[in-house]
Amino acid sequence: MLKFLAMGGYARYVWPCYVLTAAVVGLNIRWALRSLHSARAAARRRIAAVRAAS
Amino acid sequence: MAWVWFHRFGSPPHFYRLATRLTPWFAWPAALLCLAGLIGGLVLAPPDYQQGDGFRIIYVHAPAAWLSLMVYVVMATSAAVGLIWRMTVAYAVSASCAVIGASFTALALATGMLWGRPMWGTYWEWDPRLTSELLLLFLYLGYLGLRNSIDDVGRADRASAVLAIVGVVNVPIIHYSVIWWNSLHQAPSVMKFGRPTMPAAMLVPLLLMLAGFTAYFVALLLIRARGELLRRERNAHWTAEAAGATATG
Repeated sequence: MLKFLAMGGYARYVWPCYVLTAAVVGLNIRWALRSLHSARAAARRRIAAVRAAS
Repeated sequence: MAWVWFHRFGSPPHFYRLATRLTPWFAWPAALLCLAGLIGGLVLAPPDYQQGDGFRIIYVHAPAAWLSLMVYVVMATSAAVGLIWRMTVAYAVSASCAVIGASFTALALATGMLWGRPMWGTYWEWDPRLTSELLLLFLYLGYLGLRNSIDDVGRADRASAVLAIVGVVNVPIIHYSVIWWNSLHQAPSVMKFGRPTMPAAMLVPLLLMLAGFTAYFVALLLIRARGELLRRERNAHWTAEAAGATATG
């Protein structure tokens, strides 16, 4: 296990790459869901306002 | 017949429902492909004879770089379709690409720097491949900045579409930069004619990661495009259903 983590002496270059990738992959999921949810919330507000006015 | 398909695909409510249904069909395979690719790349693949275990950066660097280019092509193509046919769905797809593309371009640059340091002895060199990839990041950021500076969605769509289409000329420059010019960067080992220059134990995990990242991008794009469609179809009846507003309000 320690040998695996050492990555043949390249640990300080290899693991940051994987951590950065996990961060970008995770953040993109979060941003995409947030973007959809905010658009849906805005649409709901708009529809409610139209219905209240009519 | 082909036009019937095209028009159905271009109909926002139809696309919205289709995108909702298709998302898990891309998200789950993406997770499984990446898991298999990670096990294959980090554990099963043998160390490289020159780079040792340092070469394992390729399993995140190459997929990030591949997405940086593919996402741009999708963004520019859908922008062109939007401009030519005035298709809302195409504009929604194009606008959905930019944040994803920019973040993976930045990731490709960052992982490339971390790979360059031990192998080339430097984080950064004004080399054709690195410089043209940096230009790609600026194109994405320019696209995002242009969109943010225009309040009207329709005008933002048309103006940013022109920028996206003009910038597509950079994509072949990036891809062929390592062949056209002397570059520190190694030549392509997968996307080239003839046999790949990698043994199967190294190549198969890379292909799994490339397929996984592509499926992941499609899933993200489908989620984002639904939000972008809701922003553009402000007065259409179908948005009430799609937004989850009940019939009684």
